[in-house]
Amino acid sequence: MTDKSDPTTTRRGFIKAGIAAGGAAAAGAAQAGEPDPLITEVQDWASYTGDGVDATPYGMPIEYESDVVRRNVEWLTADTISSINFTPIHALDGTITPQGCAFERHHSGAIELRKEDYRLMINGLVDKPLIFTYEDLERFPRTNKVYFCECAANTGMEWAGAQLNGAQFTHGMIHNMEYSGVSLRTLLEEAGLGAAGDLKDKWVYVEGADASSNGRSIPMEKALDDVLVAFKANGEALRMEHGYPVRLVVPGWEGNMWVKWLRRIEVTNQAIESREETSKYTDTLEDGTSRKWTWEMDAKSVVTSPSPQSPIPHGAGPLVITGLAWSGRGSITGVDVSIDGGKNWQEARLAQPGDDKALTRFYLDINWDGSEMLLQSRAKDSTGYVQPTKAQLRDVRGLNSIYHNNCIQTWWVKESGEAENVEVS
Amino acid sequence: MSKYRNLIAGTIAATLITAPVVAGEYGLGREALPEEVAAWDVDVAPDGTGLPAGSGSVEYGEEVFAEACAYCHGDFAEGVDNWPKLAGGADTLDHEDPLKTVGSYWPYLSTTWDYVNRSMPFGYAQSLEPDDVYAIVAYILYSNDMVDDDFVLSNENFLEVEMPNAGGFIIDDRETAEAHFWNDSPCMENCKDSVEITMRAMVLDVTPDTE
Repeated sequence: MTDKSDPTTTRRGFIKAGIAAGGAAAAGAAQAGEPDPLITEVQDWASYTGDGVDATPYGMPIEYESDVVRRNVEWLTADTISSINFTPIHALDGTITPQGCAFERHHSGAIELRKEDYRLMINGLVDKPLIFTYEDLERFPRTNKVYFCECAANTGMEWAGAQLNGAQFTHGMIHNMEYSGVSLRTLLEEAGLGAAGDLKDKWVYVEGADASSNGRSIPMEKALDDVLVAFKANGEALRMEHGYPVRLVVPGWEGNMWVKWLRRIEVTNQAIESREETSKYTDTLEDGTSRKWTWEMDAKSVVTSPSPQSPIPHGAGPLVITGLAWSGRGSITGVDVSIDGGKNWQEARLAQPGDDKALTRFYLDINWDGSEMLLQSRAKDSTGYVQPTKAQLRDVRGLNSIYHNNCIQTWWVKESGEAENVEVS
Repeated sequence: MSKYRNLIAGTIAATLITAPVVAGEYGLGREALPEEVAAWDVDVAPDGTGLPAGSGSVEYGEEVFAEACAYCHGDFAEGVDNWPKLAGGADTLDHEDPLKTVGSYWPYLSTTWDYVNRSMPFGYAQSLEPDDVYAIVAYILYSNDMVDDDFVLSNENFLEVEMPNAGGFIIDDRETAEAHFWNDSPCMENCKDSVEITMRAMVLDVTPDTE
């Protein structure tokens, strides 16, 4: 630990190393005159052979990408079992999150549950309470769709100010995967909802097989709409830490409701008001009252590069500004980017048209003059919602909401190409 | 814009809710047995639905708490280190740093019973008998100055306990309280005169090393 009062002496070796390495590479490539030995000399890989096809039955990223990993912030929680880690969004592109570095949030650890031991119960106000095995679930008609899962607490440490220095830490409680599974509606219909009577005031209570159970109440309207009981993500089985073999996918809604290791679905005539929807995942306002059932994740975006962990390595000239935008209320229709702290905005380019409740990649290609920038992005969604500033959110909510911080993020990009998490007036 | 969205949502709801719901179309799965439902369905609702018969005193609760809970939550439920505080914080919810505990924040006693019964102690969940849970909950109430030391909590008097913050919650009102965030034409040019940096993460310096 170094002197905390002087930012010039803090531990930022990784940034400096990145700048140095990037700078050298850029200089080498740009230099004319002297022939490049990487070209003029025969390299090992162009002469000898590489690995055989049997070397890696299931591969990991090449060692040079070893910084693209989940990271933990020790001081956030009492231990690592009921805790959170962060997706390295600063280093990713496109929209699909590799499962191996997609964030984790557990309340009693990542459990190992074999398909053979898996059971799913549907009970409560149904015509016939049912037990499914994993094999049963694979026999129902399937759907397949991409959605983001964002922790309700994503960016939560930033309510009071600029705290963590990196998009991974400020915005990395998120992943975006292509899910395959059965619609919850199909399973509820298999059990029969006649016994529930008028469905308008009914709920489903969902819980996991782990010790924390993570029980949450979901209104029947949502349960019958787009909720999935998923068993595949990005083409393969769910990872253990993401709920293997079966999790709930609750499009657009806070990640806490995406119950992992799903073991039971109960149709009820009231919300259970479990711990995870009373003590936690309720948002305290300035006057001391708290919002409950804040399910939707509002429109949000962040510039992933340049950012504190992804500084500009190449000096002035062409620069790709890129980031992610998403909305739990619909699709992203546009993203505005500012390089002067919100004085002026220009429309970024969406890599693909925005998908419903899924991450959208945006780009703004600029010719950087090498001067300081205050980089911001502002998402707009299909309901007409415009991502607010932190000041606008604080005006309504105060400082103690913990969850649902979807404010506009500012990166202070310095002449050196380094970037820092800041707040601006 | 938000009105349009509500209209869409309303239409979806109407379609979904009124559609015929056919039972057992695929004939998959098998009927759950009563013993199986009883083993897994242990949730307790705010109106007491799901509470088993039983009771426990503050006095017994203090014993059980000391043995099973105090290591993390403290002898008086005041919390050890970073572990959750279960008592204290009365009337702090509108303060700069509110202390949210069972006594100061939780709206329903059912949640305490349900959560302790199902998920505590941390690392050895589902090891408590109903009477133990009643006693622990009674002790937590006592630690929060909500009952006297001779109090006995049971399924009979459960709903008589008044939770101080029962009226402290409102249903998500973002669509009205934050209606101004739905903005057809956000400012694009000359949106403010000046921009100053008011806060820097590197001054705080709490980010983990990533080397």
